[in-house]
Amino acid sequence: MNYEPTSEMEAADMIRQAAGTGMPLAISGGGTRSGFGNRVRADRALSTRKLSGIVSYNPAEMTMSAKAGTPMAEIEAALAGNRQMLAFEPMDYRGVMGTSGEPTIGGVFAANVSGPRRITAGAARDHLLGIRFINGAGEAIKSGGRVMKNVTGLDLVKLLCGSHGTLGLLTEVTFKVLPLPPAAATIVAFGLDDAQAAAAMAHALAMPVEVSGAAHLTESVRYRFVGSSHPEGAATVLRLEGLPASVAVRAEKLKAAFAQVAPATVLDHEATEKLWRDIRDVKPYADGTQKPLWRVSVAPMAGHQLVAALRLQTGVDAFYDWQGGLVWLRMEADAEAEMLRRFIKGIGGGHATLVRASDAVRAVTPAFEPEPAPVAALSARLKEKFDPKGIFNPGKMG
Amino acid sequence: MPETIAFLEPKPSVLARRHQIVEDLTDILPPGCLISEKRGLVPFETDAFIAYRQVPLAVALPETTAQVAAVLKYCSRYGIPVVPRGAGTSLSGGAIPQSDAVVIGLSKMSGILDIDFANRTATVQAGVTNINISEAVSADGFFYAPDPSSQLACTIGGNIGMNSGGAHCLKYGVTTNNLLGVKMVLFDGTVIELGGKALDAPGYDLLGLVCGSEGQLGIVTEATVRLLAKPEGSRPVLFGFMSSEEAGACVAEVIGSGIIPVAIEFMDKPAIGICEAFAQAGYPMDVEALLIVEVEGSEAEMEAMLASIIEIARRHGVATIRESQSAAQAALIWKGRKSAFGATGRIADYICMDGTVPLSQLSHVLKKTAEIIDGYGLRVANVFHAGDGNMHPLILYNINDPEDAARAEAAGNDILKLCVDAGGCLTGEHGVGIEKRDLMLHQFTQVDLNQQMAARAAFDPQWIMNPSKVFPLEGRPAA
Ligand SMILES: Cc1cc2nc3c(=O)[nH]c(=O)nc-3n(C[C@H](O)[C@H](O)[C@H](O)COP(=O)(O)OP(=O)(O)OC[C@H]3O[C@@H](n4cnc5c(N)ncnc54)[C@H](O)[C@@H]3O)c2cc1C
Repeated sequence: MNYEPTSEMEAADMIRQAAGTGMPLAISGGGTRSGFGNRVRADRALSTRKLSGIVSYNPAEMTMSAKAGTPMAEIEAALAGNRQMLAFEPMDYRGVMGTSGEPTIGGVFAANVSGPRRITAGAARDHLLGIRFINGAGEAIKSGGRVMKNVTGLDLVKLLCGSHGTLGLLTEVTFKVLPLPPAAATIVAFGLDDAQAAAAMAHALAMPVEVSGAAHLTESVRYRFVGSSHPEGAATVLRLEGLPASVAVRAEKLKAAFAQVAPATVLDHEATEKLWRDIRDVKPYADGTQKPLWRVSVAPMAGHQLVAALRLQTGVDAFYDWQGGLVWLRMEADAEAEMLRRFIKGIGGGHATLVRASDAVRAVTPAFEPEPAPVAALSARLKEKFDPKGIFNPGKMG
Repeated sequence: MPETIAFLEPKPSVLARRHQIVEDLTDILPPGCLISEKRGLVPFETDAFIAYRQVPLAVALPETTAQVAAVLKYCSRYGIPVVPRGAGTSLSGGAIPQSDAVVIGLSKMSGILDIDFANRTATVQAGVTNINISEAVSADGFFYAPDPSSQLACTIGGNIGMNSGGAHCLKYGVTTNNLLGVKMVLFDGTVIELGGKALDAPGYDLLGLVCGSEGQLGIVTEATVRLLAKPEGSRPVLFGFMSSEEAGACVAEVIGSGIIPVAIEFMDKPAIGICEAFAQAGYPMDVEALLIVEVEGSEAEMEAMLASIIEIARRHGVATIRESQSAAQAALIWKGRKSAFGATGRIADYICMDGTVPLSQLSHVLKKTAEIIDGYGLRVANVFHAGDGNMHPLILYNINDPEDAARAEAAGNDILKLCVDAGGCLTGEHGVGIEKRDLMLHQFTQVDLNQQMAARAAFDPQWIMNPSKVFPLEGRPAA
């Protein structure tokens, strides 16, 4: 039997009971990532499915509060009705994970899921203003609030965001929302190799044109994103958003800068929206396979070096978001965790998360990057302070 | 000096070993890096929250991370309290020492270690001043966004300690949104690195927890921050209103309309007078409230944004609109605003409140603030970051009159409670320090605070790091 609390108080009671008997719980929202992370060793599932609903939404103040189990679709519909959005562009993992179900706002923040706009707008954690959660002793805790600036006490909001349900059960989240940009365009430069593209993206981000997305779609994936009516080769894409007149001016500037190094074109608003949704959701690797899929985060200029080094050793397909700093890597055969993580250290550091793989591979591969000993010790002490009985998602992040 | 805010009782065991401690630290540190005689200690007895003072036991001024680690290792071994210090510009008493504490000042660690334009990062030592970072990258067209008004003096370590903001944070976020990594030393001398040049880090968001932890989780010795491309142009415009309510409503509508200027700063009549006398910035003197709205971008973009903002301001009965005509004039407008605290300090002593409220509550809170101040027979000047609801009432008083000081403190507490009750918080950017410590239970339950203290204890189980701050002295876990 699974737990499906309908109120914060009920959730607290259930957790207190579980803590009393030391019964491990698998925490889930919509369960759309069920294949992600390390295998959880739990007796029972606790789902936020019935902790659902928008609690308050004040478009003029650009904040929303919602219960953790509120479906993303409901949040997004409410925001769209006021021409607003979650600026951090959380991705939809259902494609790459091959799962169904309905992602929840609690799951998005618990996993700190952020998309292409992260390079300028920040990550999910930068938009989360306040939380309510139940700790492992079954106590209801509040942190943060509903105002944009708040430094009152320790920032447990950041700590819980991205903790994958291992420190507490989020019951309610309050977050910042932003106006939808009235206009958007994408500059595409064709035929750059990975290193040239990294340099070109760095150059674009150094220009005063406010690029809000910078990705490099390598030749092998490019046709999944940008049609064949355009020039051949890899596509380096840069998104601009804002007031219509301003986007037009900036697009001209950026295109002129790019035209010096490669054939370049401009995509309109509609094509831009589709393109960046596909990049966000990692469309080429939503391939129905279980080929190991890695999400690698490194310094922007290091991404292409990593991929070049890997290509000499193993079969790998890759493309880049976040100015080159977010690398989506699909291994053709083995997950190559050890090699990948060693190479990442070699190019100045970063981390790799195994997003998808067969059960057999997942059983022997740590999904999250192992931390250096003193940091791991600190994380373990924190876990103990929030979940003394170790009942939340045991094994998930370990 | 008012007596209402208590510090922890000094540990007799530490005070008794004073000479030994000084001797040992002298051995640990290079020559010239330890201050122990009274005259040298006095400059460290307070910060910009001058109402309270405590002379520390000693001040260590290490030159390297290894030296910071050695001092912390020694202090934790003997249970000696440690107070990290940057420039000492904290407005909440965050850097005020205690008589049994060793202050660890980062002033000698002020180097810029690495500037990486392609990755858009700068790695600096914690004692570098905020403005130094922007100055170091300005010629290449970049800047570091968070810009506290104290940026000429305050350090990046202190900014991280307080998660500081500034006028331009409306668009670019505060310190935590612009910080990519730190090197820090834990209470026992362990050196750890969190984050780096990548945009996100593995594991728990320890960096997010450390930012704003007021020197209680460890000492930051190096930081990697995000650099941004400077906008093509920027232009501040002055909007004068005949009432604070109109100005407040205008702010709410600008934000609600979806235009996000880089900054929206608010001044009331007393603040306008004080700043104009100091900076001769050309502020209109015949209005009750002034907004400085800054937009940026190309000429065409600024024109378009300003046109929309002006239209909104007209709907709210704006009385004066003044666009800056030159870079020099723009600089003067900001000089007036950024020197508001200093200029106020020239005419009276003041304490600066820092509550944040939802935008819809701005007018209400301003009105209630005036009533509270009247009730205590005091004066107030309001100058603050209106775009994100971060209020800064400056309560004017006479520090040499204990009754006046007590009244100012009581009025401040009432105003902060008002902010919390209006759906806001005690502090938007200055931190809790000692100033708001005893008000924490107005915003949090004891259970909430227990969880924060438990997280704190995961970093500093001995509670030696800046121990008198942030958490009410009662209700702490037994040592
Ligand atoms: C005139 C004036 C204007 C101001 N304007 C603003 C403003 O616009 N916005 C704003 O946010 N603040 C403002 N402040 C407040 C203050 O400047 C900030 O809080 C600033 O970040 C403090 O930096 P500091 O180097 O002076 O730190 P300190 O005051 O020395 O210390 C601040 C806190 O950080 C801790 N700390 C310092 N260094 C370290 C370190 N290396 N590692 C760990 N902890 C450390 C200290 O223990 C203390 O708790 C203003 C202050 C003044 C006096």
